[in-house]
Amino acid sequence: MSFLVACLLSPVAMAEQVNLYSARKEALIKPLLDKFTQQTGIAVNLVTGKADNLITRLKAEGRYSPADLLLTTDVGRLYRAKQQGLTQSILSTDTINQVPADLRDPENHWFGLSLRARPLMVAPNRVDMASIAGLESLTDPQFKGRICVRSSSNIYNQSMLASLVIQLGEAVTQDWATALVKNFARSPQGGDRDQIKAVAAGQCDIAIANTYYLAGMLTSKDSATVQQAQQVKVLWPNQADRGTHVNISGVAVTQHAPNKEAAVKLLEFLLTIEAQQWYAKTNHEYPVLSQVKSSDILQSFGPFKAEQVQLSKLGELNATAVRIMDRAGWK
Amino acid sequence: MKTNSWFSQRLGQSPDGKASRWLSPWFIGIALCCLLLAAPVILVFASLVLPQTAIWQHLYDTVLSDYIFNSLALAFGVGLCVILIGTPLAWCMARYEFVGRKPLQVLILLPMAMPAYIIAYTYTGLLDFAGPIQSFLRQQFAWQYQDYYFPGIRSLPGAILMLSLVLYPYVYMLARTAFSEMPSSLEEVSKSLGASSQRFLFKVVLPLARPAILMGTALAMMEAFADYGTVQYFGISTFTTGIFRTWFGLGNGIAAAQLAAMLTSFVVLLLFLEHFSRRKVRYYFQGQKSAPMTRVKLTGWQAWSMASLCFLPVLLGFIIPALQLVSWAVDSFHRQFNGAFFTLIWNSFALAAVASISAVTLALLFSYAKRLNQFKMIHGLVNMVSLGYAIPGTVVAIGALITLSWLDFRVNEFTEYWFASSVGLIFSGTLFALILVYCTRFLAVALHNIDTGMARIKPSMDEAALSLGHSPMSILKNVHIPLLKTSVLSALLLVFVDVLKELPATLVLRPFNFNTLAVRTFELASDERLIDAALPALAIVLVGIIPVILLTKMTESKPVELAKMEK
Repeated sequence: MSFLVACLLSPVAMAEQVNLYSARKEALIKPLLDKFTQQTGIAVNLVTGKADNLITRLKAEGRYSPADLLLTTDVGRLYRAKQQGLTQSILSTDTINQVPADLRDPENHWFGLSLRARPLMVAPNRVDMASIAGLESLTDPQFKGRICVRSSSNIYNQSMLASLVIQLGEAVTQDWATALVKNFARSPQGGDRDQIKAVAAGQCDIAIANTYYLAGMLTSKDSATVQQAQQVKVLWPNQADRGTHVNISGVAVTQHAPNKEAAVKLLEFLLTIEAQQWYAKTNHEYPVLSQVKSSDILQSFGPFKAEQVQLSKLGELNATAVRIMDRAGWK
Repeated sequence: MKTNSWFSQRLGQSPDGKASRWLSPWFIGIALCCLLLAAPVILVFASLVLPQTAIWQHLYDTVLSDYIFNSLALAFGVGLCVILIGTPLAWCMARYEFVGRKPLQVLILLPMAMPAYIIAYTYTGLLDFAGPIQSFLRQQFAWQYQDYYFPGIRSLPGAILMLSLVLYPYVYMLARTAFSEMPSSLEEVSKSLGASSQRFLFKVVLPLARPAILMGTALAMMEAFADYGTVQYFGISTFTTGIFRTWFGLGNGIAAAQLAAMLTSFVVLLLFLEHFSRRKVRYYFQGQKSAPMTRVKLTGWQAWSMASLCFLPVLLGFIIPALQLVSWAVDSFHRQFNGAFFTLIWNSFALAAVASISAVTLALLFSYAKRLNQFKMIHGLVNMVSLGYAIPGTVVAIGALITLSWLDFRVNEFTEYWFASSVGLIFSGTLFALILVYCTRFLAVALHNIDTGMARIKPSMDEAALSLGHSPMSILKNVHIPLLKTSVLSALLLVFVDVLKELPATLVLRPFNFNTLAVRTFELASDERLIDAALPALAIVLVGIIPVILLTKMTESKPVELAKMEK
């Protein structure tokens, strides 16, 4: 009887399959998962959502959770999942060891799949590019009313601030944030693309945005969007000192994964050259494997020096970062 | 009182036997249902027992005043706007006959099918600094940034406008029902007493329709309080954005739940005021045959200006955003449209249909239990569930997640003990969980509609039916539901459309490989691919239109239901 019930209710645990909780949007991951199913015969079941909600769900479901893998688009959430005991360590393999050590958890709980950089995007005809050495330059009074950035509720800004706290200390970061807010062209609104568009339209001269948004606009089917994007130039900040802020998208095997073997297979698949190439090309993010080239558009933005921060620290300091931005009046 | 004891007996209880009353299967069933539905709301308030001093100090020092001001301004702004749009509109449609009135009846309801965050996206696309209108102006007059004034759409007034444009149908629907149910005898009496038509409107009609208007306004305000998509996109800090910021940014779930509790307290206050304002008065409509007010026929320019005035909210709330969506969808059609798209449509439709039927059935039971004055205990619970409408979807969803996984754990412990095998998750992460959350979120909508309708049925009807030997259930079926047809249908429609648009709870709780139109729209839009998001957004609107049209057809054909009762 109970067996019958079990058969009816949790077919998920029976056949060869793997269950994925993904903060990456379906359109940006599904083709890759289909390829994995084609190659291995292992079906992939997918639920997408916001990372925090997926983590909450994972936690509530506890040891009965059907999820095998958690995929997020920033390191802060991976750290949070590990911190709450929702992930597990997996044995090192050759594939896994290819991921640079600073892009994965020291205890093999999570692994970076792609790198995302957050440089400045400027209007080259209105801004003297040489006058900006790094993020610190943005607090200069000459940029008053000329800077656009999205809300501080966004995780990319939170991670960026957290990385500043690590490198500059809390007090300096607080002063920086307070001064930066004074230079805002407008109250933060919209997403990264909106900041880029505002630069193109002349509402502000400098925006802080992730590279793949600009790349996405440049490859858009809409000619107006492409035109807007072409008016904006990427400026890599802090090249002479600590480097530009980067974050990762990454994946972790869950603590109670019912299909652990299949989960590891999928994880390793995501780190194959083929998958990394697809990822880099479709999402315009920087691959984590050094032998895989980034997309042509990303290459056109030029090479850059990335900051060397222990990524897991970013998650730890997230709350500090939010408090700093609250105090700075960064909406 | 006598009636109540009659009912008690009919429900299989002895009027004085306390024990048997609690054991009634009706009571147990309704109470369990209520408890399950109310659990997320209870959890929100339970958070208050764990004080989080440090974080509240920080919130108080920095952002709390913004949250309070913006949330209140948004809700009251929306409340005012929907009254100002919905009431005159309902009066014109109920009172006057003019060119284009028939199609307008359907058109006026269409903005309801437009999710607030989508109308926000489209207007931003149109009116933003980088959008076509401002770009055109700059090109035409060679203006630069700051050379001219243009109202910023991404602002508090902008958000109020966006929400009002899609929420006014709540007031319109309820007010219109109230207006059209008013017997013509009222007007005749007023006229014979020498009242001008203005005086008739302000002294007779509006006071009579006040409960309905306020009810619609309260619903719109609750929706405004719980809105996340629009305010988040416009960058306005309200309680809802603050809840997520506190929860995930500051990493404090309890303080976040306390913020939600605070938000909900505003709503409790609001509902209390609304309740208090109509406490003293109770209006019943007589079961007598009395023709509804005849509509005054307008001709010439009067008819045309009336028609264009009534058309204005439709134009702003539906046609302009829909055209923008269509123009985007044309670009992305070949990318977004395939076989899987039909699955999305079916998923959305089926979920909305099942959820609306469940919510309305529950609302009928709860409302009837209230009318019978039975089970006082559960009234509190029902009111608690109603608050779910003002709590952001994600918070309700996570409350339900915690409740359902707790149940799952108990079930598994049971099967592990007795059968040495676990059954896995049977509640959480299933469609059942989704339906449950929709019921918690939207019961208020159904309940408000049905309560308003139920309150207009004279208690003497129940007594008459009772004396003819009908059981309480048979009275509900044969007397109330036919009389409530309009209310039931509008409740079904409102919940259906709400579920269709619902996003946050669906996102959190849905099973593997299951998507809806709203989820697809969100995924594309939040990836800042508005053009690709247009097709699923348009599909939400189109699926939402179906019941709107059905409803107008069904209510239009038989205007005077009350007459039926005479038999």
